[in-house]
Amino acid sequence: MSDPAHSEAQVFSLDEQRAARDARSGSPPAAGRPRCVATTASGARCRNYAVEDGRCRVHVPTDADGEVARSRSAPRRSPGLAGGAVHPRAEGHPHPAVSGSRSGARASDADAAGDAGSAGDTGSAGDTGSAGDTGSAGDTGAAGDTGAHAADARAREASRSATASSGERQGSFAWAEAQLLQRGYLAAIDGLELLRDAADDRFLEALRGLVGFLRRRVTGAYEIDDFGFDEELTTKVLMPLLRPLHRHYWRVTSHGIEHVPEQSGALLVANHAGTLPADALITRLDVFDLTGRHARELGADLVFRTPVVGALARKTGATLASGDDADRLLASGELVAVWPEGFKGLGKPWKDRYKLQRFGRGGFVATASRAQVPIIPTAVVGSEEIYPMLFDLRIVARLLGFPYFPVVPQMFALPVLGPFALLPLPSKWIIEYGEPIDTASFGSDLAEDPMALFDLTDQVREQIQQMLQRNLMGRRSVFL
Amino acid sequence: MVEGRRVLLTGVAGQFGGLVARALEQRDDVLEIVGIDVREPQHELRRTEFVRADLRNPLVGRVLEAAAIDTVLHLSITSQPGAAGGRTSMKEHNVIGTMQLMAACQAAPRLERVVLKSTGAVYGSAHTDPALFSESSTPRIPPRTGFGKDASEAEGYVRTLGRRRRDVAVTVLRLANLVGPQVDSAFQSFFALPVLPTVAGFDPRLQFCHEEDAVGAHVHAATAATEGTVNVAGAGALYLSQAIRLAGRVPVPVPLPFVSALATALRRSGRADVAPDQLRMLQFGRVMDTTRLREEFGYTPAYTTHTAFDDFLERRRIRGMIDRDDAVRLERELYDFLQRKGQERFLESQRAVQEGRP
Repeated sequence: MSDPAHSEAQVFSLDEQRAARDARSGSPPAAGRPRCVATTASGARCRNYAVEDGRCRVHVPTDADGEVARSRSAPRRSPGLAGGAVHPRAEGHPHPAVSGSRSGARASDADAAGDAGSAGDTGSAGDTGSAGDTGSAGDTGAAGDTGAHAADARAREASRSATASSGERQGSFAWAEAQLLQRGYLAAIDGLELLRDAADDRFLEALRGLVGFLRRRVTGAYEIDDFGFDEELTTKVLMPLLRPLHRHYWRVTSHGIEHVPEQSGALLVANHAGTLPADALITRLDVFDLTGRHARELGADLVFRTPVVGALARKTGATLASGDDADRLLASGELVAVWPEGFKGLGKPWKDRYKLQRFGRGGFVATASRAQVPIIPTAVVGSEEIYPMLFDLRIVARLLGFPYFPVVPQMFALPVLGPFALLPLPSKWIIEYGEPIDTASFGSDLAEDPMALFDLTDQVREQIQQMLQRNLMGRRSVFL
Repeated sequence: MVEGRRVLLTGVAGQFGGLVARALEQRDDVLEIVGIDVREPQHELRRTEFVRADLRNPLVGRVLEAAAIDTVLHLSITSQPGAAGGRTSMKEHNVIGTMQLMAACQAAPRLERVVLKSTGAVYGSAHTDPALFSESSTPRIPPRTGFGKDASEAEGYVRTLGRRRRDVAVTVLRLANLVGPQVDSAFQSFFALPVLPTVAGFDPRLQFCHEEDAVGAHVHAATAATEGTVNVAGAGALYLSQAIRLAGRVPVPVPLPFVSALATALRRSGRADVAPDQLRMLQFGRVMDTTRLREEFGYTPAYTTHTAFDDFLERRRIRGMIDRDDAVRLERELYDFLQRKGQERFLESQRAVQEGRP
């Protein structure tokens, strides 16, 4: 979004905000300032900045005047939220600009909560304001960083609602809170607080992130690239869903990740097996978790014709396995992944497991050599065993328009286990990223020389086959 | 004599033709503008001369001759069969009209430049499509009917003219779906529907071109020395689902077998003039590469696809169920609320410590 009004709400990194504010005000970065030496109620060290005698505003020893002030603004609210109306006094450190607005907000809350004696609360506005400010910096580590605009807005709103009826604040969150209070729905608010306490101040951050994410998704305020890659959806929703499979179900171990370049373009070439293309998803996730790079998959056109699957594939950054798209991705320095066996590899019978099929027509080598990027042969062991294909019902496949129709052992368990039977088997996976094969040394005319092209295709295939054999010899059993 | 172009516009009565005519009127290097259409233009035109004629009329040739036209902007290829009076007359106008116009152009000795407003629909829309169409890519499944077919045939006639008259520079502008405050398009009427039908399981990538950019590209083509085929669109893409969310509308996924029946019903009821060939757009979408537009053609669009669509929503006042500003405000209020809760909690704990309570 280029619209400033929208982008403003998307800035969630508090560190960034803090750094920007420090840069503006010219004050030293946060890390350098001394912290308060006192300990908080929970026994942890106070994380506020020290302002006097090595103590923060909250922990500065209070005098009798402070005590009086506190007793005066004693709570008339329900015990669960009593703390909200009571604030330690920090007279020595007035905080005019921000405190005014915050206290206004506080007073208005008390008002909205149906607190008749709002005069007392407004009277203590000065105190509550500065106290609230310090509190925010300490407890959440986040709270103190609201933009000035937000505070201003609150102040305006508060001053209005302090005099007007609470109905004016309809639709706002504070109003909802007040309603909850009035009707005694303390459980809802307490639940929220309990949750927050359970996760400490990280909860706030997480909640902020979640709310921002939901807002962006619902209002469409996100960006996709020309290929339709929706990075936010992929990394925040789809990959976390897949990660348990990667970590706990198939317990993927991988080696040779150093062969995957950190910046430049490269073509990842891997074997394909297992009836369903789970190996493509898992390899992609593995590469992302280890290097932070997205391997852009090249898929068969059937993928993009299939409802739901095709749309999801585009959103995760996959694109059609055509020269045009691959050239474009590699030219922009992306990491591209391709499974040249295609459906022949996926749908091969159990007896042919770990026997590489024909590597297409070598188009991937031509693509890599045109872009002058290395080919990284990748071997995935374990994917063959997730759905061992006993037969291929060709007639059914032809009728349905599928490339193959597998009969897997799990199907025999269907009457007993129901749909759970169709889960993939939990084989142990090993992924190896092999020594890169340099295509630049062949020159760019490799694409025009079929013999050299086939030679190199065979070389890649041979290397992956060797890596497969090596890893197969190395594993203890299929499932452990 | 002052240097400048003498321009003939077809389709000047259309909204887009009118915009181009007015943009050309602003230019000092355009001496004369002649507009041709079968209808009278409804919009204000200042120095454009209007000739009411069908493109198939021999009068066009005489106008070319008499006004000493050196630049022809052919803008009248239409995509909406409803507005053209049925598919048959739409094709008659698009294809045969272009053929006749090009024949007249070939006979015009002073002609130097021909610009055709074509469309991205010539690339078709299929699952075998590359992610981005460049000008040189050929469609895997070429459009067999409708607008896309008309446009590719018209492009053929224009290119033939370029081949026969080597002294005429031919520019073909392939436009993405137009969006903007003034020009009506199939997508505009689509987004005006109360709920938006989509094809279940498909989420096409769409690309838009803001009408200002489309006008700018045509003016640039008419006045600067350009040649060749150029894609005109805002950079980037939007998913249909994303566009629907931006518009705050509610999508209604329709299973594929029922989509064309629904489109027919909508067309009959006059709510949306969506031609059958445009339905494939709702399934697979289309995105074009605009590198040549910026680098070779020399026109940089002011809007990306995203900002063009935003502008379209704003200017057309398309407001959905969920307002984006409301969402941002609500989010901020939630933050503030949580923040205050955090402060209250903290202060309570402080008070407990200071009062010596456990």
